[in-house]
Amino acid sequence: MELYELAAYELREKIERREVGIEETVRAVLGKIAEVDGAVRAYVTVAREQALAKARAADERLARGEPARLLEGVPIAIKDNMCTRGVETTCASKILKGFVPPYDATVVERLEGAGAIIVGKTNMDEFAMGSSTENSGFFPTRNPWDLGHVPGGSSGGSTAAVAADEAVAALGSDTGGSVRQPAALCGVVGLKPTYGLVSRYGLIAFASSLDQIGPITKDVRDCAMVLGVIAGHDPRDSTSVPRKPCDYLKGLVPDVRGVRIGVPKEYFGEGMAPGVMAATGAALKTLQDMGAILADVSLPHSEYALATYYIVAPAEASSNLARYDGVRYGYRAPGCPDSVTMMTKTRSEGFGSEVKRRIMLGTYTLSAGYYEAYYLKALKVRTLITRDFDRAFEKCDCLVSPTSPTVAFRLGERTDDPLAMYLSDIYTVTANLAGIPGISIPCGFGEDGMPVGLQILGKHYDEATLLRVAYAFEQATDFHRMKPALRATSTSGSASASASAPASASTSTSTSPSASASDCCGRAPAGGERHA
Amino acid sequence: MPDETLTMSGEAGTARKHQTTGPGRRTGDAADESQFEPAIGLEVHVELSTESKLFCGCSTAFNAPPNSHTCPVCLGLPGVLPVVNRKAVEFGIRTALALNCEVAGFSKFDRKNYFYPDLPKNYQISQYDLPLASGGHIDVPVDGGGARCVRIKRVHLEEDAGKSVHEGGTITGSSFSLEDYNRTGVPLLEIVSEPDIRSPEEAYAYLSMLRSVLRYLDVSDCKMEEGSLRCDANISVRPKGSFVLGTPIELKNLNSFRAVEKALAYEARRQAEALGAGERIVRETRHWDESRQVTVSMRRKEEADDYRYFPEPDLVPLEIDEGWVDEVRATLPELPGARRERFMRQHGLPAYDAAILTESKDVADYFEAAVAAYGGDAKAVSNWVIGELARLMNATGTDIRDARVAPTALAAMLNMIDDGTISGKIAKTVFEEMFATGKTPDQVVAEKGLVQIADESELARIVDEVVAENSRAADEVRAGKDRAIGFLVGQVMRKTRGRANPQAVNRLLQERLSRD
Repeated sequence: MELYELAAYELREKIERREVGIEETVRAVLGKIAEVDGAVRAYVTVAREQALAKARAADERLARGEPARLLEGVPIAIKDNMCTRGVETTCASKILKGFVPPYDATVVERLEGAGAIIVGKTNMDEFAMGSSTENSGFFPTRNPWDLGHVPGGSSGGSTAAVAADEAVAALGSDTGGSVRQPAALCGVVGLKPTYGLVSRYGLIAFASSLDQIGPITKDVRDCAMVLGVIAGHDPRDSTSVPRKPCDYLKGLVPDVRGVRIGVPKEYFGEGMAPGVMAATGAALKTLQDMGAILADVSLPHSEYALATYYIVAPAEASSNLARYDGVRYGYRAPGCPDSVTMMTKTRSEGFGSEVKRRIMLGTYTLSAGYYEAYYLKALKVRTLITRDFDRAFEKCDCLVSPTSPTVAFRLGERTDDPLAMYLSDIYTVTANLAGIPGISIPCGFGEDGMPVGLQILGKHYDEATLLRVAYAFEQATDFHRMKPALRATSTSGSASASASAPASASTSTSTSPSASASDCCGRAPAGGERHA
Repeated sequence: MPDETLTMSGEAGTARKHQTTGPGRRTGDAADESQFEPAIGLEVHVELSTESKLFCGCSTAFNAPPNSHTCPVCLGLPGVLPVVNRKAVEFGIRTALALNCEVAGFSKFDRKNYFYPDLPKNYQISQYDLPLASGGHIDVPVDGGGARCVRIKRVHLEEDAGKSVHEGGTITGSSFSLEDYNRTGVPLLEIVSEPDIRSPEEAYAYLSMLRSVLRYLDVSDCKMEEGSLRCDANISVRPKGSFVLGTPIELKNLNSFRAVEKALAYEARRQAEALGAGERIVRETRHWDESRQVTVSMRRKEEADDYRYFPEPDLVPLEIDEGWVDEVRATLPELPGARRERFMRQHGLPAYDAAILTESKDVADYFEAAVAAYGGDAKAVSNWVIGELARLMNATGTDIRDARVAPTALAAMLNMIDDGTISGKIAKTVFEEMFATGKTPDQVVAEKGLVQIADESELARIVDEVVAENSRAADEVRAGKDRAIGFLVGQVMRKTRGRANPQAVNRLLQERLSRD
């Protein structure tokens, strides 16, 4: 097995035992990036030299006899909306091209403090606005399971990197599902922690009251490990909660007997792809067979969630993104006769169309005369949505649903229809509105043989229960061990995307999605390879 | 005398009479204005004198090299977050309590959105619908001895913006602009009054009183010339006796207390004349043109900015428990109003003296220290502080904290007058020397030989000389022209360079001339 294929905890053990060197590990991952990223395009910046220098320093540390830290030598990718000192940070936007932060985000500090090696910055929808990574101001990222499909978004670069073994783990940010949805679409594990659990300092804000940074990993154990490192109070973020740190690894027991799992009926409605329905249904059956108690619950205000989200998030974004004006950093429109023209032109030229759409939306809903009808009402609905969850959690320990109503769609399929794109987040936005934690784990394969994610939602600060249920499910299944083929299907219509990956016509699109999904243990999907 | 300086006569607005000067008087003469009465509200911004900024650790010091007091947070770099400075909140509570406001147990910060290059985030963190404190009042002494109770509508915290220099004057026509972000994020306290002020003079008095209170509290240095105190005004006029307020006009660019007063006087007259002529007042913002001494329309209400306020999601609401408020309340100093009352009661001072002495805490402290050291009549101390000391401070531009005459030295000098060591007249010379050199009165008197001539035989010898040299005047006295004796006394004083006691000289002259 190649080094880059290992999970973080496996890699760390080998490093601790000095079976492998850190530089060797980092070189392995950099090699994989060099090999496949021309096709996947997960990274906007590969910090090769910095990573190698830090790897060598870490090797020296261990050689001096210092103990291995929690993530010693683990190569990690960071979504490009988290500040990295000395490494360009762009939010995949032209307007921030060339911006090199003089400071690290708290999560970056904590990862590096735990010995992780940051290998690069990953692609994303510009300013995290999107669900496919096609809104990147630079280029789209491909889904490693089928290069003609999107990886989801907005953390599509991070999830694709982990899925394609271009990073052992990654960080994403989740404002309306931007960690969970691409994790589901790329067949990896993605967690959105409780709002306030992880510091947002250094995370370039999209919607401050919804944004939360979360781990993207190959399995649940890694997820718990990375969460343990990045979680915890930060005096630089007033919204980070002062709580005692929790040992998330300790709670990982493969046992869900007696755990009450709520199944919200609103999350199994219209618009869900049959393959997703089948995989999710099979997963619920698996959990039930393992001793979990399933119960129907209702979250009656869910139907307003997406509308609420698309008022709150753009409103905050319209203000958060006001600072990109060309005055102090980033892109500045050349040749302007005065400051006002310069600021206007900079923003017109620097932002992409989806970002501008949301700035317009947010500016509108915050305007005098509309504030009460939109923003204020949205805040009230937000409270109702939170109460829905509170009520549901009186009867159950967690909720389970599909992460996304469909599997990864094809590139270009939804780019002309923003509303269709927005619907990708219909099951994920509620957790952000309510501030509760949610995790997506691989639970099978659906249409086109693409991965399906199972979402588990929990009570505020009850990441431990999510991780335990996720871990138990993972122990009982093999989906997390599946590796993508890094090929494009013949039907993708974007053969050029697979130029550097061998295209395969062998993929069978006739495989019944429900058949592959209901066979929950160890069955590789069409086009996939098993590395168990 | 600029009204912002830290000297007494400049600060005596509360007690000074303004009728004799300024446009206030002139407008008072206008026939149509007598039927109208202005209603004025003031919006004052003060920079709090905390060590660090409101949301980051940068220094708030004035006059540093451009952009030297900045960090990623106050520069609004991507990804940074604000953290509230607890001291600034404490200063806010302190001020609110001194202004008799109710401190909100729950308030929050909001974003005020507008684009300007000196505002790094292109929004200002302020407080909108739930301010730190509200519902206060302050008593402002007015001409004629009474006080005007001005209600305080709200007190809230916000961050300051930076400074722009536009090459070419305005932002739209400039070839380039320079930005200094040192001031960005400095804590500001906005204090908004109700439209309870009834004249431009009262507005001046209100500002003086407010500044006095803020300085007593040690929360701001209130220097208008450094921008640490700024004032906007709103003014409407209505027929006298009416209970309905007129349409308010906002006034901007008021760069001194005097400018506030003058702009308001101009505007009161303009509005009264317009109403008198049957015109309607349109709601608008007007700019005070200092050079032309007029107000000019800037923008109408329908052109007003929409700041798109919404709750600041990067900060949690400000929850202030009563324990903290009580703690702050316990540290409040005696405030100028209370101190003025006490000076009148305890030291038996006239209202005028008490008002001037208490406007500045430093002056009041100086006065009380001198009274304590002296032990004699407090009015005598007041006369010297308000009189000679203030005159010399104004003439030299000295702050009382830097005055070289210690309160104990003033007391010692007063004792020397009382025991006859020096005359009251000589004392002025002595005091000037003390002020200039910082020497004690003993030293000055000894060095300059200013001790009063206590030896009567020496005085008698000089009296003889003067009588001999001024025989005509002597004759006139002998002939019963009592007024001529003043001339002879003066001659003796001249010969002794003022070191004689005038009463003693007078007596000796009477005796000498009646002997002839």
